[in-house]
Amino acid sequence: MRRGLGQRGLRRVAALLADIGDGARLYGRYIALSIRAQMQYRASFIMLAVGHFLSTGIEFLGIWALFARFGDLKGWSLPEVSLFYGLVNVSFALAEAAARGFDTFDGLIRSGDFDRLLLRPRSIALQMAGRELQLMRIGRFFQGLVVLAWGAAALGLPWTVDRIAIALGAIVGGAFVFAGLFVLQATLCFWTVESIEIINTTTYGGVETAQFPLTIYRDWFRRFFTYLVPLASVTYFPILAILGRDDPLGTPHLFQALAPLAGPLFFAATLQAWRFGVRHYHSTGS
Amino acid sequence: MPQIEVENLVKTFRVAERQAGTWGALKGLLQRRSRTVRALDGISFTMEVGELVGYIGPNGAGKSTTVKILSGILIPDSGRCVVMGRIPWKARTAHVAEIGVVFGQRTQLWWDLPVIESFDLLREIYRIPPREYLRTRDELVAMMRLEPLLDTPVRQLSLGQRMRCDLAAAFLHRPKLLFLDEPTIGLDAASKLAVRDYIKRLNRQGVSVILTTHDMDDIEALCRRILLINRGRILFDGALEALRAQVSRDRQLVIVLAHEETWVEDPDAQVIRRNGHHLTLRFDPERISAADLIARITARYEIRDLYVENPPIEEIVAQIYYEEGTAL
Repeated sequence: MRRGLGQRGLRRVAALLADIGDGARLYGRYIALSIRAQMQYRASFIMLAVGHFLSTGIEFLGIWALFARFGDLKGWSLPEVSLFYGLVNVSFALAEAAARGFDTFDGLIRSGDFDRLLLRPRSIALQMAGRELQLMRIGRFFQGLVVLAWGAAALGLPWTVDRIAIALGAIVGGAFVFAGLFVLQATLCFWTVESIEIINTTTYGGVETAQFPLTIYRDWFRRFFTYLVPLASVTYFPILAILGRDDPLGTPHLFQALAPLAGPLFFAATLQAWRFGVRHYHSTGS
Repeated sequence: MPQIEVENLVKTFRVAERQAGTWGALKGLLQRRSRTVRALDGISFTMEVGELVGYIGPNGAGKSTTVKILSGILIPDSGRCVVMGRIPWKARTAHVAEIGVVFGQRTQLWWDLPVIESFDLLREIYRIPPREYLRTRDELVAMMRLEPLLDTPVRQLSLGQRMRCDLAAAFLHRPKLLFLDEPTIGLDAASKLAVRDYIKRLNRQGVSVILTTHDMDDIEALCRRILLINRGRILFDGALEALRAQVSRDRQLVIVLAHEETWVEDPDAQVIRRNGHHLTLRFDPERISAADLIARITARYEIRDLYVENPPIEEIVAQIYYEEGTAL
């Protein structure tokens, strides 16, 4: 009897794993095709990527100029802030590239082509993610990576295994948070295609905000980006752990290292909202 | 058991009313006014396996709402809808795996990719076993002569070529039911004929088809049964000939006169059109048979050629829409 139950459980787990593998394979196919399609316009891709690298790089020059003039920011040095800047931009670049399908959802719903996704026997969210992997975002990605590496070098931080693990966790967690914001933006389109600016402000404002340590902001603002949109969990806390600095807000080290887990959780929550939006679409059709 | 059972289907939409001008737009932000539109007002019909049904009606009649409900995109307000034993929107993935949908106005192929890549991706999406996929694909490629198109990016195809590829794409997973929404729209004459031929062939393989169209030639060429819908209600369900008979029994005799100035008159027929040497007479076959009328006309006038025809289906349908009070 008990063995029977165990076997059934195993079988269910096996079926779930097969489902995930199946979905991952389809996603891989989508992405491969998206890349091939973009490679048809190779020159355009290269120019966009280089342009993206330079235009986001100028932003950092601005920050550098400020620090050259004022020395530090409430006790944070330029190399320290570089860690924030680099991490956030690498995360955001990943999210922009991977969640591009959600970012351009308003066009899909306006043209009526969203119906086609509903006519295919696959998860809607998977098809949305598979619409496009925008390669040009590699510009911001490398720009962020360069700044991150420079900051770490200037601070003389040795890249130990735990530091690398925390940094990778923060990058992936951050990508989940930003991807979640793109999912929310798309979800809102089920009700109106006009007010997506609200989410846009949070997304791009979030990128700007998280480029600096949380402690420089006011309380309510800090709470918004900690509890509602958990950007602090994927930048501020893990960076404290990487720096080995004590948190003026008093959080323990272990919490700081594990905080990026909030990213996937936030993303899962936004997917629930998305499903709610799809249900709404089923009954209104617009 | 019928393949499709629809009973008393009702669907309403709320349509936001926009007010004119900048001030109106601002007011609209604060208070949204909307009115309710009844897109489907209680429609019922059934369809058997293997049927090819023409679904016609003026714009806004409720055709696409019906198709969206049957294909699981929309949930109706009330009524019963069972397709192949399933309620479409309750089992979306299982349902859509067994249907195919073609929108004439849009393509489901990937714009920048060669046709064959889209087909391969659809294989993955529908989880078609490789051998079955190759068999179906090769069959469709041979039937619709797609071989020379397979390596062309979709954006470079002509509308007619694209339509053929879209038809094939919708059939790769061997659906039991096809929804075709204006599949001949914008096509040239040769492409239209080809597309009709493919639809006929797919239907002959046992696939049921629901064809939405404004092209009455599609209907005449393909459909034994039509459903005519207007303002969310089904006005007619039956054979094309029955619809014709219901509206008017009249037939038309077209004669080509030897001399343009000949004045033609007959007590049992009415001249409805005169175009150079061509003259169209309308008559009621209950009052006078075509043979009698032809005998009388040829005896009295000098005629070069003549033929009898049915009033074009467009005129019949237009008459029904008109009687319903729809401005067209």
